[in-house]
Amino acid sequence: MGSQRLSLVALAVLFGSITAQAAPTAEVLHFWTSGGEARAALSLKHAFEARGGVWDDAPVAGGGGDAMAAVLRARVLAGVPPSVAQVKGQNIKEWAAVGALESLNTVAEEQNWDALLPDLLKETVQYQGEYVAVPLNIHRVDWIWANPKVLDKVGVTPPQTWDEFNKTAEKIKAAGFIPLAHGGQPWQDVTLFEVVLLGIGGADFYKQVYLDLDQEALHSDTMIKVFDQMRKLSTYVDPGAPGREWNLATAMVMRGEAAMQIMGDWAKAEFLTAGLKYGEDFICVSAPSSGGYIINSDSFAMFQVSDEEQQKGQLLMASMLLDEDVQKEFNLLKGSIPARLGVSLEGFDECAMKSSEDLVLNEARNTVVGSIAHELVQSGAVRGAFLDVVTEHFNTNMSSQEAVEKLAETVILAD
Amino acid sequence: MSNPQQRKQMSVLDRLQRYLPQLVVGPPFLLIVFFVYGFIAWTGFISLTNSRMLPTFDFQGIQQYVRLLAMDRWNVAFHNLLIFGSLYILFSITIGCVLAVLLDQRIRAEGALRTIYLYPMAISFIVTGTAWKWILNPSLGIESYMQQLGWESFQFDWIVNRDMAIYVVVLAAVWQASGFVMALFLSALRTVDEDIIRAAHLDGASTTRIYFGIILPSLRPVFLSAFVILAHLSIKSFDLVVALTNGGPGYSSTLPANFMYEMAFRRNQIGLGAASAMMMLATVAAIIVPYLYSELRAKHHG
Repeated sequence: MGSQRLSLVALAVLFGSITAQAAPTAEVLHFWTSGGEARAALSLKHAFEARGGVWDDAPVAGGGGDAMAAVLRARVLAGVPPSVAQVKGQNIKEWAAVGALESLNTVAEEQNWDALLPDLLKETVQYQGEYVAVPLNIHRVDWIWANPKVLDKVGVTPPQTWDEFNKTAEKIKAAGFIPLAHGGQPWQDVTLFEVVLLGIGGADFYKQVYLDLDQEALHSDTMIKVFDQMRKLSTYVDPGAPGREWNLATAMVMRGEAAMQIMGDWAKAEFLTAGLKYGEDFICVSAPSSGGYIINSDSFAMFQVSDEEQQKGQLLMASMLLDEDVQKEFNLLKGSIPARLGVSLEGFDECAMKSSEDLVLNEARNTVVGSIAHELVQSGAVRGAFLDVVTEHFNTNMSSQEAVEKLAETVILAD
Repeated sequence: MSNPQQRKQMSVLDRLQRYLPQLVVGPPFLLIVFFVYGFIAWTGFISLTNSRMLPTFDFQGIQQYVRLLAMDRWNVAFHNLLIFGSLYILFSITIGCVLAVLLDQRIRAEGALRTIYLYPMAISFIVTGTAWKWILNPSLGIESYMQQLGWESFQFDWIVNRDMAIYVVVLAAVWQASGFVMALFLSALRTVDEDIIRAAHLDGASTTRIYFGIILPSLRPVFLSAFVILAHLSIKSFDLVVALTNGGPGYSSTLPANFMYEMAFRRNQIGLGAASAMMMLATVAAIIVPYLYSELRAKHHG
């Protein structure tokens, strides 16, 4: 192991000396390789270069970042981490806990990030009171994407409560359409689950279940109602759903085969890329809830490196990412809204405006919560426990009571 | 001609020649000891620690194994391995053997047929899995096609049915491996002594009788190697499940290799992943060790 590590370091030094430049350099490890994502990443690259940096692009293909996570782990173990890597939510804390991340407190204090960021994001990118990552964007998870033509044909409007949702879905089903476009992958099942959890339980209950893993809350009647609603949703989905990718489900809404999809606002990018118009071809409404907002967010973490140019690059990158123009351009392309509060939303679409309005509203009411399906809160093990039980319940005829007990038990085992 | 110096040179060469096998075999042997057995030992050690994001060395005994055995997901994966492994081996060998015997009848265009049957083996599991996924998807593939043809009640939804999904994996895997097994048997069939077969013919034995009485029994070593190859293929099966069902619906069609990947690389649970890897190793050992034992023993007595 020792000699292997040495040779890797030697190789890195050799490689570094060839490409060495006086300019601040950042090797950026990310998994934004698909169309819109790649363009968003490119906008960051341009901004970085405009500030005199050298962007050393290191993309690893594979949505969801599994492949990238493996590369990152191998490189940290070999002692040659990339200087900047796209790391999300809970993984930031896990990397910080093993001491791999650079503190960004100096930049954060200079730019007063405390005032710029929503509370939940602040928590996400901090470890033991120090900033160790920079948030790039805010995706909202609890959206319903609907095809207004299908809704018109059936004669219904987007539902405001879950009871209404069920009635609407029954009507849509009776009219011969698929009420809910869905892909039966575990993370999509849990996306539905957390939207229902927030909708039926409210933000406080959501936090009790998701953050505190409170046994009383996990065993409560509200939890049974959540699983009851999940059972209903499973009957509004077509039989071809298991294993389907989320964007194929979005395409079903576009084609008018299905009426609605519950998915984060990256689905919007699919509609827009297909050349569809808001209001005419698709609409977005927040999923039924008494108030709340489920966040998913991408961020860059800076890994500890010894090379001076790379260190300068990290500082430059950290101080650039929350710049208003950078945030605006990146998020216009990514389909999300800026991580920084108060950026003017000129040029953004209606869904982004609504998302931003709701964020500010919920921020004031302290009802912004993090997504488990998208790894924003909880460790991989606890997230896995939710994935296992929710997907098992959704795909079998397991009773709600059984699901509640199993979830409480599995969560303890994982924690 | 032989002066002392030349004799000395000869002896150096001689000695080199004597040690040549050791010199050639030595380095790869050391590499294998380190990179295979060394890492097995390392994985074994990691499985006894509480490693999460990165490997750590906090020893905590068999805690990970206790957690592993309490996980429903692992039990499903292991149960699936038993179903998948036994059916995959059974059907691949049966179909491969039957195809080989049929092709052995000196038919026309044998070369072309052999290539056609063998060809699936040349396709990666990812491609096989993706193709079968489309064929079997109820809203895209066979089911919707038959329904469009007018057979409204036709149903073939195994891939989205949690009780049947693992059999879909078997189906695709058997489709892929049978041709390979056939090629193994076919080449072995051709090495059976013609004289014995001719003698049996002269004695009035029927073709069926010859196959069952003489040829197939003489193929015992081929059965064994086919079994061992398929057994370890089935235990390390991973990509087929990823492409075909992605372990779903739910986690009803995951295999232990998928479980290991999920834990070690998705859920930051390296310790638990290592424990599951050790369980897989134990399963392989349970099959391979008796086989090696019987092979080595046969040599001693033979």
